[in-house]
Order: sequence, then C-alpha cells, then structure tokens
Amino acid sequence: MTSVTEAPAAVAGPAPGPAPRRRRRRPFRPAAGLLAWAVGLLFFFPVLWMFLTGFKQESQASTDPPTLFFQPTLDQYAAVLGRDFVPYLLNSLQASVLSTILAIVLGLPAAYALSLVRIPKWRDSLFFFLSTKLLPPVAMILPLYVIAQNLGALDDARTLTLVYTAMNMPIAVWMIRSFLVELPKEVLEAARMDGARRFTEMRRVILPMIAPGLAATALICFIFAWNEFFFAVNLTATRAATVPVFLVGFISGEGLFWARLSAASTMAALPVIIAGWTAQRWLVRGLSLGAVK
Amino acid sequence: MTAQTTPDTARRGPTTREPTRGERWIRRTPLLPGLLFVIAMTQIPFLFTVYYSFQDSNLLRPDSGSFAGISNYGRVLGDPLFRNAVANTVVLTVGAVVLSLALGLALAVLLDRAFLGRGIVRTLLITPFLVMPVAAALLWKTSMYHPVYGLLNWALSPFGVGADWVNDFPLLSIVMVLTWQWTPFMMLIMLAGLQSQSPEVLEAARVDGARPFAVFRRITFPHLRRFVELALLLGTIYIVQTFDAIYMITQGGPGQTSTNLPYFIYLQAFRAFDVGEAAAAGVIVVAATLVIAMFALRVVSSLFEEES
Repeated sequence: MTSVTEAPAAVAGPAPGPAPRRRRRRPFRPAAGLLAWAVGLLFFFPVLWMFLTGFKQESQASTDPPTLFFQPTLDQYAAVLGRDFVPYLLNSLQASVLSTILAIVLGLPAAYALSLVRIPKWRDSLFFFLSTKLLPPVAMILPLYVIAQNLGALDDARTLTLVYTAMNMPIAVWMIRSFLVELPKEVLEAARMDGARRFTEMRRVILPMIAPGLAATALICFIFAWNEFFFAVNLTATRAATVPVFLVGFISGEGLFWARLSAASTMAALPVIIAGWTAQRWLVRGLSLGAVK
Repeated sequence: MTAQTTPDTARRGPTTREPTRGERWIRRTPLLPGLLFVIAMTQIPFLFTVYYSFQDSNLLRPDSGSFAGISNYGRVLGDPLFRNAVANTVVLTVGAVVLSLALGLALAVLLDRAFLGRGIVRTLLITPFLVMPVAAALLWKTSMYHPVYGLLNWALSPFGVGADWVNDFPLLSIVMVLTWQWTPFMMLIMLAGLQSQSPEVLEAARVDGARPFAVFRRITFPHLRRFVELALLLGTIYIVQTFDAIYMITQGGPGQTSTNLPYFIYLQAFRAFDVGEAAAAGVIVVAATLVIAMFALRVVSSLFEEES
C-alpha cells in the first residue's frame, strides 16, 4: 500500500529490464475495453444529462419521453445568475479558498514536525488528527451553533471558513506528511551538511520538492470544502449561505424548474469536477488520508 | 522510522546529548498551532455535546437547563424513532458500502488492463464522486426518479417496470444514489491495490501455467485484502454520516422510513429544539463510530508499520 515499499521497488527492483513497460504486457482484450467504456458512459450519463438539461427550455426539461434533441439556450443560466446566485458563489469561494489556505498553512508545519523532526509522541498526535476525521459532524453541530450564536458569528462566512479548516486539517496533515516521508534522505542530509538552518531548509529544499504534493492537497481540501453542506445549512442563513444552500431552494420543484435547477447544479458542480479531474492522480491518496498512493 | 532518525542524528552532529526540555518544545512549535486549532474546533464542541446530553435543555424553553442525569439517554434509547433511525442507518450503510465495493472492485479489474481510452473511462467513472452531493441528490430526485418524467422509469418501461421510486422505495432510492457516488471511491482504492501487485509474481504464476481465475484467487485476492478492509472501513465511516442525500431527496420520509441517525439528530436539534435528546443521540453515535474507528485505526496503523 505504500509506494515506498511496493511500486517503486517493483520498478527499480532486481530485474533491470524496461520495467515501465510491464503493464502493457497484459493481454489486450477489446471486449473488456468495450465493457469498461459502456459502464463508464453509464456512470457518467446522469452528469451529462444534468449538463444538457441546463441548456433546455423548461418545457423540454420535463417531458415523457425525455427530450433528446433540442435547440440549446442560455436562458436558464441567465435566469440563475439573475436570481442572486453570485453572492452564494462568492461565499462558497471565500469559505473554500480561505479554509484551504489555512489548512495548508497550519498543516504543513504540523506535518513537518510529525515526519522530519523527531518529537516525542509524534504518533499520538498524528492519530489524533485522524480521529477527528472520524468524529461525526452531528456530534459537534449543536455546540458550534450555540457558541457561534453567543459570539454573534452565525451566518458568517468566517465561521464556515474556520469549521472547514478544522474539517480539512486531518487530510492536510496526513497527506502532506505522506509526501514529506517520501523525500529522498540524501537531499535532506546534504542540505543539513551545508549547515542549512531549518527554515532555510524548508524554503529552499523541501518546499520546491513537495510543491506538486501541496497543490494536490490544496485541491482535495478545496473539493471537500466546496461540496460541504451540513455545516453550511445549519450555520448560515441569508448573508453567508454557500452554493449548496442555494440549491436547497429547488427542493420542492415538482417538474417545474428542472432546466434552471440543472443550470444551477452544473455551475455548482463544475469547479470541483475540474479540480478533481486535475487532481485525479492524487485523489485516492487524499481520500485515504495518505494511506493509499 | 528510519526516515526520521537519520536526519535527526545528523542534525545533532558531534554532540550526541539528549535534547533538553526547551529544545523539545522548540521542535514541537511547528506542530502546536495546527494541533491547538483542531482541539479547539473539534474537542471543545464535543465536550459541550457531552455536557448538553446530561442537561434538560430545550432551545424553546429558555428556563430549561437543569441537570438531567442520564434521563436523556433513557429517552433516546426508548424512542422508537431513534431505533428506527439506527435500523435505517445500518441498511443504508451496509447496502451502499457492499454494492459500491463490489462494483468498484469489478470496475478496477476492468481498468487494470490496457484498452483504448482507459484514461478517459477512468475520468468518466470518477466524476459522480466529484459532483456536489446536494446537486447530485437533486438530479436523481428530479430527472432520474420522477414517476412521470424520470429517466429511470423511461429506461425500464420496455421491461414493464415502473415505480414512484422516492415514495415507494425511499431507502433503495438513497442506496442507489450513494452507490453511484461511492463506487468511484472504492474503485480508486481497489485499482491502487491491483496496480501495487508485484508483476514478477504474477508473471511467474502465468509462466507456471496458472489460469487467470486461479491467479486472482490465490495471489491477487490475498494481496487485495488489506485494501478491501481499508475501503470497507473508510466507506463505512463516510457513508454512516450521510446527510445531504436524505435532506434533499426524501427528508427522511415518507414518515420516518428513510431517516438515518444524522438526519434524526438534525430533526431533534433544529426542528424539535430538543437539545438534550439530540446531544445524547450524538454521543451514542460517537461511541458507535469509535468502535468502527478503532478497527479503522488498526488497519491504517498496520499500513503505517510497513511504511516505517
């Protein structure tokens, strides 16, 4: 499960042959490929349908049988944007981007202390972060609500930012740590031999090497924060409500506003779909908190 | 952990004395801001939840707030709606985890081979997991499940099948959405497992004349076991907390037939304003999660040992 022991070992193992080609030696089976394509398209179809419906007129969105061919229109996008969608978008953007930055800023030093520096009981601290990920949000929401109420911080995007930062900290710490322990020891030692101080070492040697990893971690944190609904719906009302809360407005649409709903959903989902496609390679590492690479 | 000891000794240089107390605190400083922040944001609220669970507290009665002993726990455990929510949570979680794991494994086996456009298929397959859960829930509730205009009934009509999915089969409807969303997650973990197999061993087995199924059963499956365990535990922990799909698709209904624990606590706290009972239910959920989590931590921990 660790690339340290398995994947690279397999590549750089005792057999010095053209190892990277090994996967291609597997038999090429057109039938399996066709099946994979069929299932892939089936899984993707609802998303595609949502995307298409957003370009329909309302009268074409709910029909029996479904309308497959139509003249695309941007009316629904105009209607959603005209319906005060933008403030929700800005709230989402603020809470997700700021919480992602905070999670990295707090998570990077913590991950550093828990991997490259030897501190007592580092393992306990590491697992403490993990255990907070296992704490159900429902067990914290009431006090958070009451505390925020007493501080006058209800319906405030900053409150949501802090909550999302805490929510993403275990992912940030574990994921960044998984990149740090993969750094080649020789490089770190060489830097220390040169008498590099810890901060300089971090800035000049470590940061450039784990920059892709940090970017991946940031994307994963962003995905979770952007899609988050439970805290958003309970801690915000009108001023700080985020995009998922906007979508609640469509909850009772009995076949009335499906096209508009699809346009709004597409806009809501698109940032994370793009972020997720970009971070594909690291998605599994983020979701498993660095356990699977 | 060699990665940690070696640089450390190097830093200590010629004087190999133990770090003093002050030095240890200096080393700890990078950890502290993050650690203290997380403690403040998660542990303090949880302690409050424990406190509320022993209080007779209702947001609608400002005078309430006296010590209630364990009566909230008694009320929760005696509440048929709570037991109903526990049963629904088990059905939803087991159903969605098992289905998505099975599908995910099958898809991972397919994607482990080379074929034209494999990268594109992988990208298509992970997309359901990325769609904002609230948007996905609305999409299924309307375009897929609607009894008249829904695509599901339209696609099934040649077989004479048709239903008012959300009202007639609320739990099944939720399980299907969750399976759609979580299969990509399971697939990614399984795929990582398949691709971390030693190619030499597989090659050797094939050279020895082992048939593909025997190779899968004897070599691949034992290798995958830890990945399956991890997927099961992580999937369970994430799916137990399902809230979005229920809030958006069924609102726990009809009646309370699809209310799970998170939604039950939400109703108690924010609709009935019964803080005491909601908090007690929350503490019970945490206790139950802790049991699952201990297994999860053990699995992660064992992966961790190998790394060191």
